[in-house]
Amino acid sequence: MANVLVVLEQRDGVLKRVALEVLTAGRRLADQLSGEVHAIALGPAGFSADAAGAHGADRVFLAADDQVRLYQPGPYAATIAERAKGGYAVVLLGATALGKDLAPRLAARLGAPLAADVTELGVDGGRIVVTRPVYAGKAFYRLRVNAPLAVVSMRPNSVMPAQAARAGAVEPIAIVAGVGATTTAVKEPEHAALDVAEAGIVVGGGRGLKDAGQFKLLEDLAAAFGGQAAVGASRAVVDAGWRPHAEQVGQTGKTVSPNLYIAVGISGAIQHLAGMRTSKVIVAINKDKDAPIFKVADYGIVGDLFEVIPRLTQEIRKVRGA
Amino acid sequence: MKIAVCIKRVPDTEARVKVGADGKSIDESGVKFVLNPYDEYAVEEALRLKEKAGAGEVAVIALGGDAAQETIRTALAMGADRGVLLRTDTIPLDPLPVARALADELRPGGFDLVLCGKQAVDDSSHAVGVMIAELLGVPSVAAVAKLAIADGKGTAEREIEGGVEVVTFSLPAVVTADKGLNEPRYPALKGIMAAKKKPLEVKPAAMPPAGLDVLELAYPPERKAGRIVGEGADAVPALIDALRTEAKVL
Repeated sequence: MANVLVVLEQRDGVLKRVALEVLTAGRRLADQLSGEVHAIALGPAGFSADAAGAHGADRVFLAADDQVRLYQPGPYAATIAERAKGGYAVVLLGATALGKDLAPRLAARLGAPLAADVTELGVDGGRIVVTRPVYAGKAFYRLRVNAPLAVVSMRPNSVMPAQAARAGAVEPIAIVAGVGATTTAVKEPEHAALDVAEAGIVVGGGRGLKDAGQFKLLEDLAAAFGGQAAVGASRAVVDAGWRPHAEQVGQTGKTVSPNLYIAVGISGAIQHLAGMRTSKVIVAINKDKDAPIFKVADYGIVGDLFEVIPRLTQEIRKVRGA
Repeated sequence: MKIAVCIKRVPDTEARVKVGADGKSIDESGVKFVLNPYDEYAVEEALRLKEKAGAGEVAVIALGGDAAQETIRTALAMGADRGVLLRTDTIPLDPLPVARALADELRPGGFDLVLCGKQAVDDSSHAVGVMIAELLGVPSVAAVAKLAIADGKGTAEREIEGGVEVVTFSLPAVVTADKGLNEPRYPALKGIMAAKKKPLEVKPAAMPPAGLDVLELAYPPERKAGRIVGEGADAVPALIDALRTEAKVL
């Protein structure tokens, strides 16, 4: 059997976009392996993984139980590892904070190789082949699985979710008890913001902003995109304490692949470029026409960001309002 | 308090990566190697916990080639007490054999806490620390930016998308360090001198076969040459037009 087990991530009982991305990738892989897609989802009581069938799941194993309202590594790993023993070729999940924690647990329990944060997934000569960026995107490996079962985590935004209607019959399952650390709470910021690694549009700011207060300009620009955009930051800006590490894009921060990355006052140090060069479209705004950021940018404006950004925000509002 | 820290020798983040002649690994010539930045946070945290406890030991363990001895000496110069190198010429891309070799070394050690960096900045599997915990059968928390340990119990905070998870656990445990956990110290000259005399044991790494074969290491596709749409705020309409009609992202 060459079936694919897809782990669907939810937050507060709602499937995350990355769950549909991974399901889409899983469906394509299963089609190449002539297998089925089985989805497994853990979440709070009342949670239903309704969208799974429409995105390619043949069967859906659902554990809706308040024990796993928050991410609990022990029960998650035990429940999914138990299910994964049923003749799968691959266990697929998103390389999110949850997925990055869960994937190695599953691989260790299943004695399976782990390919983390992959951007492409396929089959060659009957074996699963993955592409994964290394050195934060300065190079990439193509790796072939040499084991009956592999665990693969996929980078968010590497696959566009697609419809593929399948039965998606939901089968309730029980949580398998597992020991480990206990998540007691999730602290949410006062202003809930989209995560820079998950956002479809990222507005990244660098030293050119001159001080922490000027990031208000970028927050306004991000807001003009109507909830699709997040603010990112260069390492220099994070090290200076202007922005939190959660927003850092680059080799010691996050690697992002949004549809649109707008680099503002960022010169383009190699470790920053590494973190954002897989963005679909890159716009650079910088006063130095020789800044390395222009070498990776699709579109550039040479100029004073303090003049360009307010105008850009205004124009985006017009476009979005139209 | 007995603490182990797993560390790795990696290319500096500012280094350019050159693909080697075999097309399957990097060309290391001329590349500056450093202690993995996330492992620096782990070493620092171990030293602070030992200092706070007033007694104990910090052992650093690396898996890699002979050159990793230099990386271990860096951690010893920061203040760790002893080092172990599990020697191997190649580090597999599959993190599980690496975690197995490290777990086998750690198992008889009686450590209260194992600290690792959340990921190595070279192959970034962010896996080995958590795998070690699973193999040892102890709790673990990954990507921790805040840690408190008292009376055999720990509380950690780790960043998730749009929030922070608060996690409690009992010792022994494995914790992997994220940026923000602390500000690592620079080794002082006295520490560098002292490090030369600290014990560093070298033994072969016992790794089972990897489950991933390397087909190739390659450069990412070059981005198509872009263009400057104009200068100053007056160029904004041209940019908007290009994003709408050419790039179709608006």
